Amino acid sequence: MPGNSAVVNVVVAGLGGQGVLKASGILADTAFRAGLDVKKSEIHGMSQRGGSVSSDVRFGERVFSPMVPLGEANFLVVLAASQVEVARPVLRPGGVLIHPGLLDETQLTNKRSLNVALLGVLARQLDLADNLWHAAIRAALPEKLHAANLQAFAIGRNP
Amino acid sequence: MLEPSDSQEAYDYTLLAIEISERWRIPVLLRMTTRICHSATLLRTQAQLAPPPPAFVRDVPGRVMIPAYARPAHQRLRAKLAEIAAWNETDGPTQVVDGDRSLGIVTSGISYQHVREAAARARVLKIGLSYPPPVETMRRFAASVDRCLVVEEGDPYLYEAARTAGVAVEQKPEMYRFGELNVSRVRRIVAGDLSPEPALPAGKPPELCPGCPHRNVFEALRDLGCIVAGDIGCYTLGVLPPFSAMDTCVCMGAAIGVGLGLRHSLPPEQARKVVSVIGDSTFVHSGITGLVEMVYNPPATGHVLVILDNGTTAMTGMQEHPGTGRRLDHQPTGRVVFEDLARTLGIRNVFTVDPIADSDSITRVLREALGRDELSVIIARRPCLLAAGSIKLREKKTNAG
Repeated sequence: MPGNSAVVNVVVAGLGGQGVLKASGILADTAFRAGLDVKKSEIHGMSQRGGSVSSDVRFGERVFSPMVPLGEANFLVVLAASQVEVARPVLRPGGVLIHPGLLDETQLTNKRSLNVALLGVLARQLDLADNLWHAAIRAALPEKLHAANLQAFAIGRNP
Repeated sequence: MLEPSDSQEAYDYTLLAIEISERWRIPVLLRMTTRICHSATLLRTQAQLAPPPPAFVRDVPGRVMIPAYARPAHQRLRAKLAEIAAWNETDGPTQVVDGDRSLGIVTSGISYQHVREAAARARVLKIGLSYPPPVETMRRFAASVDRCLVVEEGDPYLYEAARTAGVAVEQKPEMYRFGELNVSRVRRIVAGDLSPEPALPAGKPPELCPGCPHRNVFEALRDLGCIVAGDIGCYTLGVLPPFSAMDTCVCMGAAIGVGLGLRHSLPPEQARKVVSVIGDSTFVHSGITGLVEMVYNPPATGHVLVILDNGTTAMTGMQEHPGTGRRLDHQPTGRVVFEDLARTLGIRNVFTVDPIADSDSITRVLREALGRDELSVIIARRPCLLAAGSIKLREKKTNAG
């Protein structure tokens, strides 16, 4: 975990319809709830049409550009195995790749909660309190999806 | 023109734009670039000002631009712009970030954020109101630094404004004129790095959803060898394989005008293959004028217009439109019926097909329409798969109510 003054760069990538933007929104909201400056940016031309989607989240004391510079992501969260190589150039040397292979997807009540489960994996490495994550998940989703997504987050967070 | 560099400025400058507009009675542009629109940053809201109560105040010379009123209006416009330019120099939304005098950077919009990160030690002049540009401010700034570089996205607008006023500034190398800027590219601009930029792996392009009703239509257009004047929506994806069935896409509504132009100008054997394809919401947005033109100046070989009616505005997030009979808040309202509209305008060949329920129907009807030297409108109607469930629920509700 970088020091307080450093900006943490996270890139979430996947295919349209997988919840890339939902995941980056939850992460950005969690950082906001932690009192940090945060910026979020996305490329999602026709995001429901199955194409590549990626979203950058940067947080810290002060963030300028909303885009993670190439080769400077501390964390890369990829929701689709096919998108790992497409997104990999954003990762800095020694940066952490988080991908579905790190999880037992069969444990998910709702397999569409993979995005939130991978946020749980990311949460292990970030200095953001669990209650903030939970609040951001609840704020981002309709009530009927809260239980499944909080469970998904827990599966990633506490393997 | 105001150029916000993040969400906070998009908010603040909107309020400032209203202030400027009301003070000088002038339209103000808020330049929202893709990146500003597709990013989210923290913002603090202000207390909402209540709008003044609406009342009509007559101002004929100010609002009726007959030549006698337009000539003095032009003089007033130049006088206003001179006043705004003077205001921009002293009180405009300009910001100077102090830094080392060895490098000064003039910038605006999203480029400012990249600059702050890529050249943390530089002295920065951030211009908020870029037209009319604060050239005297730029002149003083340029004189305060050893090297003055303009970093702006796209074409060199601020650079040219400065140079025209005789301000000695450098511009970015030509290769950075193209494409979006980012922190890495601004670092290269500052360093004068002209080496080729790294190529990135290509992502997966989007495609029409499996089961999308448009798929059968584009397969038919492809198999019949049509020349397709297309339009803007999900269905623009008909241009990509496996369909490769779109030949033009310009702006909303252009499918019909471009298709008619091709019909009028191509030799008859090619003209007979031209089809205009437009989505339902695009059609009501700006296709109706084209349909009127089609009736008024019919090409010798006739024409075929296909309206892809999936009952929603799918590409932008399932909004209602005048053809759905529901308002944006999904409450029932008047409905424009495409078949009725086409017949009322005098088109005799109006076909409605369901490209999913009867997958051959579109080929059959297209073949029939293309075989006549007449005007035809084909409505391919089937709800978008992603919206079908909620459309059904809303229709049920309307019928029950």
